[in-house]
Amino acid sequence: MLTACRKDINPVKEEIEAIIPDPSSAIKGFYLVNEGNMNMNKASLDYLDIHAGVYRKNVYGTANPEVVKGLGDVGNDISVYGSKLYVVVNVSNKVEVLDVKTGKKIKQIDVLNCRYITFNKGKAYVSAYLGEVGDPKAPQGVVVCIDTTTLNEVKRVEVGRQPEEMAIVGEKLYVANSGGYSPPNYERTVSVIDLNTFQVVKNIDVAINLHRLKADQYGDLYVTSRGDYYDTPSKLFVIDTKTETVKKTFDIGVSNLAIDNDLAYFYSTEFSYLTGNNTISYGILNVKDEVLTNQKFITDGTDKNIMIPYGIAVNPISKDVYVTDAKDYVSPGRLYCFDKNTGKRKWSVETGDIPAHIAFVYK
Amino acid sequence: MGNTHNKMIRNKHAFRGVNCALLTFMAIFLANFFMPVTLLAQKVVTKALRSDSLNKVNQLKEVQISRVKITRRQTSSTPLQILSGAELERLNSLSVADAVRFFSGVQLKDYGGIGGLKTINVRSMGTNHTAVFYDGVQLGNAQNGQVDLGKFSLDNIEEIELYNGQKSTIFQSAKGFASGSSLYLNAKQPVFEKGQSDHLTATLKSGSFGLINPSVRWQKKVNDKVYSSISAEYKNANGRYKFHDTNGTYDTTLVRKNGDIETMRLEGGLYGKLADSSVWSAKLYFYNDEQGLPGAIVNNVYDFSQRLWNRNFFVQGNYKKEAGRYNLMASVKYANDYSKYLDPNIVKDDGLTNNIYKQQEFYATLSNRYKISPLWDVVLSADYQRNTLDANLYRFPYPTRQTVLVALATEIHLNRLNIQANLLGTLVNDEVEQYYSAGNKRELTPTVMASWQPFGSKEFRLRAFYKHIFRMPTFNDLYYTFIGSTFLKPEYTKQYDVGFTYIKLFENKWLSQISIQSDAYYNKVKDKIVAVPGANLFRWSMQNLGLVEIKGLDVNAQSVWKIADGLNANLGLTYTYQQALNVTNVTLNYRNQIPYTPVHSGSIIGGLDWRNLGLNYSYIYTGERYDQSANIAANYVQPWYTHDITFHYRKSIGDKNIKFSAEVNNLLDQNYAVITNFPMPGRSYRFTLSYSY
Repeated sequence: MLTACRKDINPVKEEIEAIIPDPSSAIKGFYLVNEGNMNMNKASLDYLDIHAGVYRKNVYGTANPEVVKGLGDVGNDISVYGSKLYVVVNVSNKVEVLDVKTGKKIKQIDVLNCRYITFNKGKAYVSAYLGEVGDPKAPQGVVVCIDTTTLNEVKRVEVGRQPEEMAIVGEKLYVANSGGYSPPNYERTVSVIDLNTFQVVKNIDVAINLHRLKADQYGDLYVTSRGDYYDTPSKLFVIDTKTETVKKTFDIGVSNLAIDNDLAYFYSTEFSYLTGNNTISYGILNVKDEVLTNQKFITDGTDKNIMIPYGIAVNPISKDVYVTDAKDYVSPGRLYCFDKNTGKRKWSVETGDIPAHIAFVYK
Repeated sequence: MGNTHNKMIRNKHAFRGVNCALLTFMAIFLANFFMPVTLLAQKVVTKALRSDSLNKVNQLKEVQISRVKITRRQTSSTPLQILSGAELERLNSLSVADAVRFFSGVQLKDYGGIGGLKTINVRSMGTNHTAVFYDGVQLGNAQNGQVDLGKFSLDNIEEIELYNGQKSTIFQSAKGFASGSSLYLNAKQPVFEKGQSDHLTATLKSGSFGLINPSVRWQKKVNDKVYSSISAEYKNANGRYKFHDTNGTYDTTLVRKNGDIETMRLEGGLYGKLADSSVWSAKLYFYNDEQGLPGAIVNNVYDFSQRLWNRNFFVQGNYKKEAGRYNLMASVKYANDYSKYLDPNIVKDDGLTNNIYKQQEFYATLSNRYKISPLWDVVLSADYQRNTLDANLYRFPYPTRQTVLVALATEIHLNRLNIQANLLGTLVNDEVEQYYSAGNKRELTPTVMASWQPFGSKEFRLRAFYKHIFRMPTFNDLYYTFIGSTFLKPEYTKQYDVGFTYIKLFENKWLSQISIQSDAYYNKVKDKIVAVPGANLFRWSMQNLGLVEIKGLDVNAQSVWKIADGLNANLGLTYTYQQALNVTNVTLNYRNQIPYTPVHSGSIIGGLDWRNLGLNYSYIYTGERYDQSANIAANYVQPWYTHDITFHYRKSIGDKNIKFSAEVNNLLDQNYAVITNFPMPGRSYRFTLSYSY
């Protein structure tokens, strides 16, 4: 009797929500990783089936109930390469490799304090805040090269402190260094790694505390600086990879952006010391002409309902824009889909905690 | 539709909770009922001898109770719960935190293990609304407003009192009026009978988690007017324990690591009486520890390297004159705290993260009471406090806070009615060495309370109180780099409470005494200080956002049984119902139960004494709850309930006493966590050997 008071424990169930199906879409759907608040071990994976018009919550837990403590703590990036799905789980110090069709776990690759992942010619590259922990003389971060066939680490190279996003243009990998552990001595460079030698060949001076780094189709990199949250505001920089110098600065604080062809969709969250509140704005940049446009991708007032935009992605085929709302970081978030033409909300669904990163699945 | 579904599930759970709690309570009650019989059947013949002065004092107290019938528990206008003397000793807890779990209306936030942070949350108002007093003077922590009760050993504690609202007396420091609830820890004071000149108590505890815990207390009669006491304690434990984790499919056993702790405590006190029968005391307290910090158990992370060092020192003096119409009470205190946090996982450009925090506090209070008539008293109390915090953090403002508290209070005590009212003025001024300060704050807050005996018999009393109070934003809330916000206002609470107390004595019956107290309450927490996300996870900010409505019911029943000559039993029971709803934002988790707050919780303590043998049983139940704001399946946390059993044996030879006890805690080895991902220990053992004269 004394033990009957507790319910039987079961893995958290998958939940399903229906949206408008699009059976003819060239993109089957996408995976979305919810970060989960730190220490809560609530990173989770959702899947949108565009063909069937079904949003499935918590597909990792359903496909892999036997994994001790599940997907883990703070999912930080997600990407599809070939037949595999890669999820970078920051506090759990691992890159989780799943079968893209079934979501079943294939393997995990341990990488301490890993942040982002990118791919090139059968190799995965993972940025990590520290090469090792516990060594006071080793504050540098690393980029780890992983073979996508054997799923083993091949080699690693030291970059700046607390590296964040990466992009590959030609034979070079560019990684944004933040130095976020040591304010006010932030890093201010993008490290350039020659993928043939896997050596850092140059550090491009940009601004303090870099974070986002996206490549456009013209060989330019769009890099964001978070500033110092006090006197130095956050900004957006354009690096020309041919000259490897900053060629343009936008005085707008971009928190996150997604580039599709000639357009970069972004949102910005700025904290004001006058009001103690956040100011949120959305916009579109033209990356061909490198100008800020006055176009809007949310026109129906839905932006007022989004508490904290946290993730953004553009469907490369339909051009619909997906924006996630992390709300107060400790509640289930929301995913919104906006129509490319009208900027009106097509649908929205409830996600896991802190919905953040999206990886498209093609046919 | 989703909402209705959720609600249904919740209601179903709630029913299960009550059902389950009730069943268990009944089981325990029956077990207690039958236990005496079985024990009676055993023929154990032992010489019953007792002489320990402490026991005599307790015996005297009990005799007085049965003659006067009424204790502070009954007459207090604010709900009062006490654990003291023999009762506290019987629980055999290691720290104050272990003991306060048995109070109603209380949630202990426990991160697990001997070194894990343990803080008290009374009636869901939040940890920062409970003031903790050690020998009458508040233990401060201007940095985060929290007192880790796991760091206060019970070795030198005579009594723990918990008051909702405030202590039911107007003759107290202004600080005594200044919190939503108050926990008083009263150290053991020397008592000497004729012919006695000193007492010594030496104790050794050992058991699970690699615990070695010796302590010694020496009390000396310096002369007829001055007594002294010295208490020292050392504790060392590796803190390792096994725990299970399961989701129904996987089931794994892991070992909690990096939970080691080493502590040292040294305490000295002088207690004196002056010719005009006024009393004074002086106290010195020193505590030092080093511990590992076991973090959240998340996927792929089962070991930790973070460490923490703490050093606390305070010295305080008290003076009290109670004779005559004009009474005076004064205290002064100086406290110096140091803590160091090392995180080898965060390597900065100049090495490992190594944060050092230094706090200083100076405090002085003066209370004056004037008895206008035998029925009417007035009190004026004034306190001054100065806090500073230094930290080796980037952009740290080095704040200094000066607080002046003035309380004007009055009490009318008629034969059957007692009314108390006070107005508390608070003036706070923050200054910083750099960047921005929160500036000045002024608040004026009232309290009214009454206790009434409606009938001729003293057995039944009604009581009620209203209190409006606030807590100041802490230094961390205001000044912590990146997170702190100097825009913050105080966090306000309003409490309404009505309740009754009842006590009944029975002559020549098995059940010799029963007492019940119960209170219903409504609390409102406004401008609750919560961390709100900014642009990214690096940039949270503190804001006055939360609004919480709390409705609750506390029940506390105590009974004393005289089953046969020399065979005594007691049984205590508490039950707490709490509905604590987040009403901050209509679009976000509106009217969901706030995190980690069970609707139902309760405890049972049963004791059985036969000659020099004793048995104590305790049970704690915490109902289902949620670990985040949304009351959804993904945030559901299982109920937990633990059974603890202690056996005692006492032997006296002349004036020397030996005591031995053996405890089994979490007898049924339940897997549970109070805080998600911070697992609690399973079954554990502890043995205590104590010698005293």
